[in-house]
Amino acid sequence: MSALFKFNGGVHPPTHKAESTTTPIAVLPLPTRLVVPFRQHAGDAATPIVKPGDHVLKGQLIGEPQGFVSSAVHAPTSGFIESIGPHPVAHPSGLPDICAVLIPDGKETWIEKVAVDYRNTPVAELRDHLRISGIVGLGGATFPSDIKLRPLRGHSIQNIEVLILNGAECEPYITCDDMLMRERATEVVRGGEILRFMLGAGKVLIGIEDNKPEAIAAMRAAVAAGNLPFEVVSIPTLYPSGSAKQLIRVLTGREVPSGQLPTDIGVQCFNVATAYSVARCFEQGEPMLSRIVTVTGNVTQPRNYEVLLGTPIADLLAHSQPKTDTRGYLMGGPMMGTPLPSTDVPLVKASNCFIAISDALFPAPPATLPCIRCGRCAEACPADLQPMDLYWFARAKDFGKTQSYHLFDCIECGACAYVCPSHIPLVQYYRFAKSEIRAREQDKLAADRARERHEYREFRMEREKREKEEKLRAKERAAQAAKPATSDEAPTASDAAAEARRKIQDALAQAKAQSAEAQPRNTENLTPEQQADIAEIEARRARIRELAKSDVEAPKE
Amino acid sequence: MLAALLAMSAIAIVLGAVLGYSAIKFRVEGNPLADKIDAVLPQTQCGQCGYPGCRPYADAIANGEADINLCPPGGEEGIQKLAELLGVEPKPFGSDAQPKPKSVAFIDENTCIGCTLCIQACPVDAISGAAKQMHTIIAAECTGCELCLPPCPVDCISMLPIEENVTNWKWKYPVFALRPSK
Repeated sequence: MSALFKFNGGVHPPTHKAESTTTPIAVLPLPTRLVVPFRQHAGDAATPIVKPGDHVLKGQLIGEPQGFVSSAVHAPTSGFIESIGPHPVAHPSGLPDICAVLIPDGKETWIEKVAVDYRNTPVAELRDHLRISGIVGLGGATFPSDIKLRPLRGHSIQNIEVLILNGAECEPYITCDDMLMRERATEVVRGGEILRFMLGAGKVLIGIEDNKPEAIAAMRAAVAAGNLPFEVVSIPTLYPSGSAKQLIRVLTGREVPSGQLPTDIGVQCFNVATAYSVARCFEQGEPMLSRIVTVTGNVTQPRNYEVLLGTPIADLLAHSQPKTDTRGYLMGGPMMGTPLPSTDVPLVKASNCFIAISDALFPAPPATLPCIRCGRCAEACPADLQPMDLYWFARAKDFGKTQSYHLFDCIECGACAYVCPSHIPLVQYYRFAKSEIRAREQDKLAADRARERHEYREFRMEREKREKEEKLRAKERAAQAAKPATSDEAPTASDAAAEARRKIQDALAQAKAQSAEAQPRNTENLTPEQQADIAEIEARRARIRELAKSDVEAPKE
Repeated sequence: MLAALLAMSAIAIVLGAVLGYSAIKFRVEGNPLADKIDAVLPQTQCGQCGYPGCRPYADAIANGEADINLCPPGGEEGIQKLAELLGVEPKPFGSDAQPKPKSVAFIDENTCIGCTLCIQACPVDAISGAAKQMHTIIAAECTGCELCLPPCPVDCISMLPIEENVTNWKWKYPVFALRPSK
């Protein structure tokens, strides 16, 4: 048993985990309608590759990853695509996002499942397989797992010494990882072995908070049965020890430096549920189609369910029977979760828990008072920040200062707001400041691009003008060069002109001769009256011609 | 006395030479202040300031010819940043230059006759098309400068405000009562 370390701060909120662990994981029956969002992961949305009316099989790829940070989306069951378009999703904004509506045919017909022998496959292929199987981190951030297994920043992946499987599950109410480890420890451990193999890590630590003795026992048994050199470590229950950086600190004593990644200090961390999905992906050939989710709080039957992604939350909640005084739902835990805009939204890869809120369980917070700079938030902050200063700068919209106070090292755990005697919603300020800073960075990038394009356009127009001028000058030069040439070749030129004139005269003479030979046909066999008429007309025309000639020529003389 | 004078002169000459040499050796090309101002400007290249682009406006501010409140796309914040950079007091916008919501141009492709006038007007080459071919806006590159609107002979270009979606949504500034209202 290795020695444990401590991080600064942390809080002990009431855990409320016992309620939802009394019954095993239930599998939710097939819903009548699934809404599958194409953005269930951090990064860019997947590109739909199916059309409304298409029949899809369970596990069929319906959204291809688009861009580096992206992941695939699959049909959670077989059925028909009804439509593809914007649909409300579980996002704090309540804004719609692109989703596929799938009407299950009830047959659950699988695609051909292909297991992968990971030990005899190049690691790059394994990573691509994870990407196209839609495997993302299930701890809450839904970061694509293949990227975490990729050598980044010039590190070779062999630099990873320690792989950590995160089973801490520190947030109150949530028990989905606990139940997964209790019931499916073998697969979690096998998934851990695949991840260890891909990283080439020497050591695997599985960190579980000591308030989950059943999970610890199950995992230890699975490790022993698999005869693997993993170590299941029981860590003290302290919120937020389930945050990757804090767990790394507790288990290894190493601190991830500000602005760096765990891989920079030779550690990589995956959630136990992610490891489970990895095992299912390689051993069964199943992409990520479902997840385990806790439904708890103000419900009659709090428990965990294995639910297909895309299941409407209302369907899921109905099975746990929310009590009548429920006034809303949280997605995620009470510390970091966000209120659900409506229950019409689908379950996604990030949905680890739904909590029904009532006034009895979650009384409205007391009125906010001004900050008294007591410093309790700094004592509680697990990221070693000064929350009171960050709050001050965020409130004043002094974003430069928030960044120099390392706002982006804040993990938004809410420990500061939990201990704040003035009940200030501190995390809301940090989220506000972070999203403003990100938006500004985007604007800055767009401005730089616009500047570059504008400058290039100016350069191009300048160049075109120059080229035109040069062409004109070249033409003038050519004309000037041609002039003296004409005087030199004058005799030949006049010869040519004389030749042309002779040719024209020849042609004219020939034409005259031809017209003289050709007799107009209507002048034969005429009666004497007609001939007299013609003679008269000819005489008149001759007179007119004479008149015209004298008229025209008169002014000339 | 003479020695002191000679010494002082010698020092003056040496220092003068050093200064003269540094002035040539470490000469800064361009106007660094204008560069800094240009970095703050939003690069819409819209000409609403009265100058033909962001860079000329930056040069004008650097030379003290233009005021800092002439750039509506930069918003109040742009004025704040310019004021901070130049060490002057921020000024409000004039009545004729008010910031508008961020938009991108949109070409109604049924009306477009393919005259290429808008392509020639676009300062950032964000319109693709050719003569007698339908034109279209490259929305990702459009700065919303509105310079393509006046040349269009059939008025087929409109400005669409950028709608809030899941990717560009921002957390709002927290607003709450300090004391419960009764």
